[in-house]
Amino acid sequence: MVVLDFEESIFELEAKIKDLKSLDSSDIKLTDEIRKLELKLARISDDVYSHLTPWNKLQMARHPERPQSMDYIGEIITDFIPLAGDRLFGDDQAIVAGIGLLNGKGVAIVGHQKGREPQEKVKHNFGMPNPEGYRKAMRIMDMAARLHLPIITLIDTVGAFPGIEAEQRGQAEAIAKCLETGFNYNVPVISVVIGEGGSGGAIAIGVANTVMMLEYSVYSVISPEGCASILWKDVSFTKDAAEALRITAPDLLKLGVIDRIIKEPKGGAHKNYKEAASLLKTAIIEELSKLSKVSDYISHREQRFLRIGR
Amino acid sequence: MNWFSKLVPPKIKSLIKTDVPDNLWVKCESCEQMIFHKDLETNLFTCKYCNYHFRMPVKDRFNSIFDHKTYHLLTPPTVKIDPLNFKDTKKYVDRLKSAKASSGAEEAISSAIGTIGSCQTVVSVMNFDFIGGSMGTFIGEEIISAIECAIKNKTPYIIFTASGGARMQEGILSLMQMPRTAMYVNKLKKEGLPYIVVHTNPTTGGVSASFGMLGDIHIAEPNCLICFAGPRVIKGTIKQELPEGFQKAEYLKDHGMVDLVIHRKDIKMYLEKILKILKSK
Repeated sequence: MVVLDFEESIFELEAKIKDLKSLDSSDIKLTDEIRKLELKLARISDDVYSHLTPWNKLQMARHPERPQSMDYIGEIITDFIPLAGDRLFGDDQAIVAGIGLLNGKGVAIVGHQKGREPQEKVKHNFGMPNPEGYRKAMRIMDMAARLHLPIITLIDTVGAFPGIEAEQRGQAEAIAKCLETGFNYNVPVISVVIGEGGSGGAIAIGVANTVMMLEYSVYSVISPEGCASILWKDVSFTKDAAEALRITAPDLLKLGVIDRIIKEPKGGAHKNYKEAASLLKTAIIEELSKLSKVSDYISHREQRFLRIGR
Repeated sequence: MNWFSKLVPPKIKSLIKTDVPDNLWVKCESCEQMIFHKDLETNLFTCKYCNYHFRMPVKDRFNSIFDHKTYHLLTPPTVKIDPLNFKDTKKYVDRLKSAKASSGAEEAISSAIGTIGSCQTVVSVMNFDFIGGSMGTFIGEEIISAIECAIKNKTPYIIFTASGGARMQEGILSLMQMPRTAMYVNKLKKEGLPYIVVHTNPTTGGVSASFGMLGDIHIAEPNCLICFAGPRVIKGTIKQELPEGFQKAEYLKDHGMVDLVIHRKDIKMYLEKILKILKSK
């Protein structure tokens, strides 16, 4: 179990309660003590999780146990059929894609996948796509639009992969094309930042009619580490950069960049995958239903992006 | 600092108006030959010895492209200044002020309408000297209005790119200029109007990964850096030496990302030919 620095007091208390519970439960005094501690735990965790700094939220967004695209797909999509490859070069597993049923209706899903175990991380390139990942996303979204399937994208990447081959095969072009073609699909598109929304690598699949963020996800033009090293010329200013960049869901809602924040289970999505997925599913279904009133999804999407920052 | 500035106190110096540049001679950054400043200007800011391309001031760029050096500047957009109230070691508003003072420019991009080989065209030129040509809301809005102007007048749109990427000080709003500009390029294309990108040194990050790589035709100046992630970032990630000429214009052409690598003095001629062909139907 991974414990983040600001959660230490909570975990200590939880461990203490667990210890006491494992002792004789017929002891009245002990039961009383447990109840007191449980109340204290509730108070402390309410306090901690309602006062998370941008840096704390970034830690949550990067939490190694945080659910990833495939975890959510497994929970909310039935009959999921994974689709692979860009038909040009290869299959980049940093982006997973497929079709399936959401609430009994067909949808296409595209999402970043970081991987969790070491081998899995390598397979998914730590969620950092190469150009073929973006071209695969485009292929599937184009198909979905032609076949009138709504598109759901799940964003969770530190960024597009900075590598020699990625540059040779046109990383910039692939992202650019993904952004441009994002305005060609006349079907509802919903994007959800489920973890890290890392710069160009994230927005490439974020051109949507409705953009949402999970409560403890972040979305930024550059990683706070990168920003600190460039502007402060010192990585130790990462927390200041995290603050200054306005990367949290409430910040982005205020700036008009996102439309809705999706609540997470207490302590973060990783504490309860099923509950997190169910909250995500409800939000997507509600937003899809709102979008069903739209007649021209392209112009709706264009207007949405045109408004940003004005 | 030359002898003049050493001898004359700054306050008095500012009173003496002079058109003569501080440094009459410029050392070529590549071959280290000394070039007379007037020669550099006549050669469109390229080295007459080794063809090294210096950064070209926006005004000179417009003059070098439009017929008879005649063009009409588009009205710059009005945008919210410092939307995040950003401060690092310096306040963003102060950075903007000093960038304006040192570059003499309003922001990192200017646009104009005029004719190129008698073909009416809207042209935007990015200015690397203004906070590294970084893209914030201003650049996004300027490109949107330049493309709107091109659509209204049914003209092609040409952009000369030069940028270190996104303007970090505008955070997520900078990132949002990527889809916003890509959307307008898309609108231009849907109108059946040509879009030409001329890459100048450097074209990187969020600029190359949006409108910078979406041209119908890509022209690059020799040896200019065009990339998504910069060489230092890549080296730091993969801990390997980078190939010879990596991410330079010629390398991009070899890898299918650029159509033409052209010396600055020939760019107008090529643009005229291209626009003429596209018009003759």
